[in-house]
Amino acid sequence: MTEQDQSSELKDLDARLRKAKVTADGAAGRTPSHRSGRNGLGFAMRLGVELVSALAIGVGIGLLLDYWLETTPWFMLLFFILGSVAGFLNVYRAATGIGQGVGYRPARTGDRPAADKAEADRRTGV
Amino acid sequence: MATQGHSPLAQFEIKTLIPLKLGETDVSFTNSALFMTLAVSIAVMFLLLGMRKRELVPGRWQSMAELSYEFIANLLRDTVGAEGRKYFPFVFSLFMFILFGNLLGMIPYSFTFTSHVIVTFAMAIVVFIGVTILGFVKHGMHFFSFFVPPGVSVVLWPLMIPIEIISYLSRPISLSVRLFANLTAGHTMLKVFAGFVVSLGIVGGVLPLAFVVALTGLEFLIAFLQAYVFTILTCFYINDAIHLH
Repeated sequence: MTEQDQSSELKDLDARLRKAKVTADGAAGRTPSHRSGRNGLGFAMRLGVELVSALAIGVGIGLLLDYWLETTPWFMLLFFILGSVAGFLNVYRAATGIGQGVGYRPARTGDRPAADKAEADRRTGV
Repeated sequence: MATQGHSPLAQFEIKTLIPLKLGETDVSFTNSALFMTLAVSIAVMFLLLGMRKRELVPGRWQSMAELSYEFIANLLRDTVGAEGRKYFPFVFSLFMFILFGNLLGMIPYSFTFTSHVIVTFAMAIVVFIGVTILGFVKHGMHFFSFFVPPGVSVVLWPLMIPIEIISYLSRPISLSVRLFANLTAGHTMLKVFAGFVVSLGIVGGVLPLAFVVALTGLEFLIAFLQAYVFTILTCFYINDAIHLH
């Protein structure tokens, strides 16, 4: 094999590698996977805090509103309930792998409307 | 001193090393600040010295530096996608700061600054505000559609929107409390069990001693894991802000 051949072969390989890399990058780049956030222990540690923090925020908002409007304890009670619902929602989202996104489905990934629609349909049961 | 030294919570005490005053505010250099400085300088040294030779076949240190870089780069690409690349410096610094803070805390007699909720909350609120601004910059007023779950009838909006807002506001709290609580609980537990070793003597102390050894291993795991969880949630939040539903 001459040196000329070798270098052109290498160039060819280089071009193909680059192409493959771009494709792989593109594919990986467009599919935010929720799997990576869900490996075992790291995932388990998230759940408990999610529940409590939303409750704390809810009660906090309620107490502030009560303080301003002098309606103790009604806003606190209302936001206690809303806060616990939000807490359960957080846990549900984390557990079903919808990620941290507010909303009921994975955040849209830009250029996959078909898959997104299928996902939405599956969730709403259409 | 004796009782203070044995308290499992004494390790979290803030001690002023160099008293400083800026007007009326106390800006003393404390042990917390010292360990933050240490964490930053060790992280910088680890990366700079590790990459100094830039060998094609990496040595041990270079390998570790490259590994941590690639770990976060892949994490960001998996969760956010190609658009996430410009947030890499921020996410990587955050990860290294927390990781080195946690690991420095594992050295006996050192101070764990991530076991103070104000430190973790400051980091979480920076992430939260940054991500919110990012969402506004990218989407303008359309950002508010974030709080309206798709496919919910208008009748339920007055109920759903407050819930979504609470859920959104709870992010910095859960982010900061998770890191702080794990670190504080772990270090307190280590100290408590270490106390048992002394009080139970040679015969009875073997069991708690074995437990302390196991716990130390677990604490190292948690040091990594919590840095990782903080980072991946930051990535999730960035992803949410970039790709609204």
